[in-house]
Amino acid sequence: MNISVELHQKDLLVVNGIIKGEIDAFTAPILREKLSEIDLKENLQVNIDLTDVSYMDSTGLGVFVGFYKSINASNGHMELIGLSSRLKRLFDITGLGEIMDIQASSGEVKIDETV
Amino acid sequence: MKPFDYVEIRVPAKPQYVSVARLTISGLANRVGFTYDEIEDLKIATSEAITNAVQHAYTEDEDGEVVIGCALYEGKMEIMVADHGKSFNFEETKAQVGPYSEMEEVSFLREGGLGLYLIETLMDEVKVHQQEGVTVFMTKHVGVEQVDGNVKHISS
Repeated sequence: MNISVELHQKDLLVVNGIIKGEIDAFTAPILREKLSEIDLKENLQVNIDLTDVSYMDSTGLGVFVGFYKSINASNGHMELIGLSSRLKRLFDITGLGEIMDIQASSGEVKIDETV
Repeated sequence: MKPFDYVEIRVPAKPQYVSVARLTISGLANRVGFTYDEIEDLKIATSEAITNAVQHAYTEDEDGEVVIGCALYEGKMEIMVADHGKSFNFEETKAQVGPYSEMEEVSFLREGGLGLYLIETLMDEVKVHQQEGVTVFMTKHVGVEQVDGNVKHISS
């Protein structure tokens, strides 16, 4: 089980990140470490693509809450994009979906096959 | 004959084994007949309980174990997660585990935030027992939400 975190400095005030894999007790510290490497300049915009995150629990939420607080403190903005309906639900049931800027993946409106 | 099949998993109390236990839970839940979404709920709830055990039950230099006991019923799964590394007498432990109450000193579960909240939200029934360590007991039924949410009335 693995995680990969890529960060690309798009320009001076934009960082694009791509996370792939599973975020749990083992991999969350790796993600936290990676995000802490971002130089939080004033008004920095960080977009993080979670399209290929197949699993996440409260350890992952904790990392994003921490990063959200830091970037807000420097007047920056974090946006999470490409959330699966599972991930979106996790943010919604914890109330974080209303606080943070999160975008579900375009496939979110597909018919629920499990019903 | 017992009304359920019992499977017990023991893993070292280290974060790298949370995903191993999660995979096993996923396989067992599939056997019971849970839907994809229900299996994902079970994976998160169990991971939260194990993560709590891993992070809070042991000091760094201690070689602890987490025991995950799973009782597989017809249409129902019960999962016990204990941080004290001893095998259960499943029925006995289940009888001892009282209902979870706000009065209890469960700050250990609340600290770090959302773990217990998620367990309570994703599972049908949750109990926490504290004696020689912490035992989290949780139950999920097949198709409980689905029934309520998708009943369609035929009118004509």
